[in-house]
Amino acid sequence: MYKNTGYLSPQEYSSLMPEEERFNKGPVAIIECPECIPCNPCQQACARGAIQRFQNITDLPVINFDLCNGCGNCIAVCPGLAIYVIEKNYSPTTSLIKIPYEMLPIPTKNDPCDILSRDGSVIGKGTVVKVQKYSFNPKARVLWIEIPKELFKEARNVRMVKE
Amino acid sequence: MKQYCDVLIIGAGPAGLCAASVFVNTNVQVIVLERDPFLGGQLLKQTHMFFGSKEQYAGTRGFEISNILQESVLQANNIHFFKDTVAAGYYPEDGFMLALEQDQKLHHIYFKKVIVATGASEKALIFENNDMPGIFGAGAVQTLMNMYGVAPGKEVIMVGSGNIGLIVSYQLLQAGVPVKCIIEAAPVVGGYFVHAAKIRRMQVPILLQTTVRKAFGKQSLEGIEMVSLDENWQEIPGTERIESCDTLCLAVGLSPLSELLSHMQCETKYVPALGGSVALRNQRMQCTNKDVYIAGDVAGIEEASSAMLEGYIAGVSIAEDLQIATPEHMTLLQKSSQFLQSMRSGPMGEKICSGLQKVEESNV
Repeated sequence: MYKNTGYLSPQEYSSLMPEEERFNKGPVAIIECPECIPCNPCQQACARGAIQRFQNITDLPVINFDLCNGCGNCIAVCPGLAIYVIEKNYSPTTSLIKIPYEMLPIPTKNDPCDILSRDGSVIGKGTVVKVQKYSFNPKARVLWIEIPKELFKEARNVRMVKE
Repeated sequence: MKQYCDVLIIGAGPAGLCAASVFVNTNVQVIVLERDPFLGGQLLKQTHMFFGSKEQYAGTRGFEISNILQESVLQANNIHFFKDTVAAGYYPEDGFMLALEQDQKLHHIYFKKVIVATGASEKALIFENNDMPGIFGAGAVQTLMNMYGVAPGKEVIMVGSGNIGLIVSYQLLQAGVPVKCIIEAAPVVGGYFVHAAKIRRMQVPILLQTTVRKAFGKQSLEGIEMVSLDENWQEIPGTERIESCDTLCLAVGLSPLSELLSHMQCETKYVPALGGSVALRNQRMQCTNKDVYIAGDVAGIEEASSAMLEGYIAGVSIAEDLQIATPEHMTLLQKSSQFLQSMRSGPMGEKICSGLQKVEESNV
């Protein structure tokens, strides 16, 4: 249970993900925000209305995976860094994750990195494909990380490899 | 020196600045006292994006919110700021607030209404050698690191997994300072899951049901002895262990700074859910002394977002008392009250609501 560990168990995070079929259709946002905290920027950031309108500011975000196209605007506004995007079929053997990143130095394209799971274990190696910036939040950075396909549900963070 | 004003605001943090902003474009003479040499209070140390909604600057970083809040009030020529000035005490027989500016100039401030927005102080933890160099409150770590760019040490152990402990741990990692672990006496993580998840996936363990027994070191901190706790919060013999660290950061809660309210004969009550002694108040944030209003952490430990809303509510309530409230003021009051209620709804707001029930009395 995440209240005892600080991270979601495979069962907990799987319940927040779409069906396999949706993963095969293209990139999609995953929202790991299981508590009713007073916060709603994600819902306002989604131009496609994929994040259900809140009745109350403490509502949980509910995403309609069929309306989401994985653009990642919600990643850059989420103060809890709780949202990321999975593109399962980035290539025949690799997936892509788009994750918020607030560390220095800011990585650059082709940088190698370790892939970390939700509990901080190193589970593999990946590569920075892109460092995305957003006009509406100029200081936010979202890293596009290419990862081995078998890690697409488990990968949640990176640690840059020092040269 | 004698100073006269209509409204005295004590503290220029989020609550005080928002309260002051109510009097922009009015003829009300306002004096704002700020203990620090700068305005913004704790907002200045907050490098993380805020929660809440757009109206409360969600997604904006704390220090940037401070700049936004200061813009309008600094230009108003009816609002006078005394920085580096401590409100030292209220003298009821003479009716003035004594303020000490830059440790040398004394002011006697006479006012019609006062908003006390003094915030809170950090709680300490009792253990052997807890006064050793290298042991900090989380606020001090944030001040050093985020305001002055000084790393507090090379290897940190954090005590407390509430939002402050979690956020400051993350900020330490951002500053390149390793956090060895977070220890927490309770059996669950205290703060928001999303804050805990950020540091967990960066390899920082959270050790639950664990506390610090003693600190040791020759000249400054070299390590601590930790111990596990049972379900009755008692130490389990044989679980003592040593961890090395040169910095111990205490994030074990805040306590409202309500002494000035007692000076002004406001009735206070000790409410653990609100962090300590807080003044009784009505929905307008008015205390039992009708000329005294409160806003922010002094009214009960909560968040910067709620402090801002309470600041607006206290400000507009005084504008009403002074009979200068405009329709815009009333809209602001209504919106702020609604937001505050909405923020406190849901399970995360239960604790604060249970505390508020004890101090929000209909007969105040």
